Amino acid sequence: MHFIPQIIFIVLLAVGIYLFAKKVGFIKANILMGRDEIINDNKPLRWRNVLLLAFGQKKMFKNPLVAVLHFVIYAGFIIINIEVLEIILDGIFGTHRLFAQPLGIVYNFLINVFECFAVGVIIVCIIFLIRRNVLHIKRFLSNDLNGWPRSDANYILISEIILMCLFLTMNATDTILQGRNYGHYAQHITGNFLFSEHLQFIFNHLSSPQIEVVERMAWWLHIAGILAFLNYLPYSKHLHILLAFPNAYYANLEPKGKMHNMPEIQKEVLYAMQPELIPADAANETTHKFGAKDVADLSWKNLLDAYSCTECGRCTAACPANLTGKKLSPRLIMMKTRDRMEELGKRREKQVENWQSDEKSLLHNYITTEELRACTTCNACVEECPVSISPLDIILQLRRYLIMEESNAPQEWNSTFSNIENNFAPWKFSPEERDQWVNS
Amino acid sequence: MNVPVMAEMAANGNTPEVLFWVGCSGSFDVRAQKITRAFASILNKLNISYAILGKEEACTGDPARRAGNEFLFQMMAYNNIQILNGYGIKKIVTTCPHCFNILKNEYPELGGNYEVIHHTVFLQQLIKEGKIVIKENSPYSGKKITYHDSCYLGRANGIYEAPREVLEALSAELVEMKRCKSKGLCCGAGGAQMFKEDEPGNKRINIERTEEALATNANIIAAACPFCNTMMTDGVKNKEKEAEVHVLDIAELIEQSMVGE
Repeated sequence: MHFIPQIIFIVLLAVGIYLFAKKVGFIKANILMGRDEIINDNKPLRWRNVLLLAFGQKKMFKNPLVAVLHFVIYAGFIIINIEVLEIILDGIFGTHRLFAQPLGIVYNFLINVFECFAVGVIIVCIIFLIRRNVLHIKRFLSNDLNGWPRSDANYILISEIILMCLFLTMNATDTILQGRNYGHYAQHITGNFLFSEHLQFIFNHLSSPQIEVVERMAWWLHIAGILAFLNYLPYSKHLHILLAFPNAYYANLEPKGKMHNMPEIQKEVLYAMQPELIPADAANETTHKFGAKDVADLSWKNLLDAYSCTECGRCTAACPANLTGKKLSPRLIMMKTRDRMEELGKRREKQVENWQSDEKSLLHNYITTEELRACTTCNACVEECPVSISPLDIILQLRRYLIMEESNAPQEWNSTFSNIENNFAPWKFSPEERDQWVNS
Repeated sequence: MNVPVMAEMAANGNTPEVLFWVGCSGSFDVRAQKITRAFASILNKLNISYAILGKEEACTGDPARRAGNEFLFQMMAYNNIQILNGYGIKKIVTTCPHCFNILKNEYPELGGNYEVIHHTVFLQQLIKEGKIVIKENSPYSGKKITYHDSCYLGRANGIYEAPREVLEALSAELVEMKRCKSKGLCCGAGGAQMFKEDEPGNKRINIERTEEALATNANIIAAACPFCNTMMTDGVKNKEKEAEVHVLDIAELIEQSMVGE
């Protein structure tokens, strides 16, 4: 009988971790649908980016107030997870406050710090709920978030508040029982903690066995809640707390203005201009699809971008097209890319035959030509993104497919192309007049 | 005006220190031609050894590439690189941020390796070196100037300070728009938007940006890109402010303010 809670705990932990690992595998397979792109240059700078952009949240500090608030949640979340380590060990070994004795006074200090963060997290989550739901902030009101994405954001904030309240309740009840010299609680006298001390009054009128029930419930719900939260992450925009790190590492290090080259076309043009360079086995070379039609045509980094997106909408708020009422929203480009990956991933999981071809594609079914054509390639979205996402890179690859595979261009662009080709300028001027400005 | 052409220079066995890449807008657009002449005039005044490609210059392929037409871009790049490498060009200065970006960032992979400088950085260096001296009674001294960041100079290549430093040399009062530097709002021309109608929306981007510029009460909107210049000029006309507010390129401001004939 004595081992039953331990067995339940171990089963719960194992199931929680197993389900999470399974989902991680699903997401990894989705990201690897993307085409290969080798990103391994300049490792020191990449690690620097992980430190500055991911750990340090450098870009968030463009708006210092929000950055500090966000940092409290993030630091609180990470630091309080140290406490989770103790909870897990206690759960497995059937102990209680395993670290209290070995750490002594340091333990009290740590728990006090955790409590400060817990209170900080609660306050900031409430502020963020107000920002999202009460204050009229355009990027949160946007139609981009209608439905699940808006609820998702609120669920996360509410669950963080609940988890932190459970943590404080656990400490408050535990310390009351210590004070009453009740059962095994008397064996680990930590004394009161900074904030939970002030919550004791809520429970003081209860009998010790009742308080023990509350303490145990808070303890179990807290750890079950954490496991549930862990498993919620992969379904949520909140996945950014994990993927911001690899995404910062793989962030583009080139000047933002540089577009990816297409060596296959470079080669084709070279062979057209200098046929003597065509290798003998050129005919055997595989034919490429030019540009991207679906998620599998994008690079794995584009797909990692999509899973790293936390739908904050800073990109869309800065997008000149979106600001002037055009249909383009860089945030939606990322959200739709993720949705399409999930859709295809589910077909793969179900082992649907030809799971990659369902007569739908990212281009057209998810992202329309109108959105793509509104982009001015100004890089405002790329500049804004706190987690190093480039919506522009996806837009440009889809544009390439539109033009080169579908010959789908507005009439004016077709004229521009023919002017460039024939007159070497986007306008219909004779190349003979190119130096006329000297005389005019 | 006397502008050296590369082919003639090469025929005489001379090589210029720097090639002035004019760009399509600077060559053909009537308004942008003035910017080109202003910059060439600065080069002439300072006796800088330069040349243009003249009739041999062709579109870099920027609008084609951004629109999605990689084939056309690669063709243009191939031909341009043949010509530039043929003349053994080492250093290029250009008045167009789009040409600047593509020559600097995208031609090297295709075999075109040059030191590429935007004219605002070039002018900043000349001012620093003391080669450009601003007249005591510069027409812009004391004027209120707001600088509009070109996306292809700013965010695309991180050049925010050079154009501002050049403007500071004019002893003008520099005022910033609400969105400036890395947050600067696009003029609406990039990504080949210049060459087609807007997608459906409720406002033109250049109007939004012009309103921001007008809100600073500046007399002059300084630009560093011929496309931005066109868009902002249209915006100012649309707001019927062309009598009070002028859109001028940094090269024009310097040309009119520098000592020397």
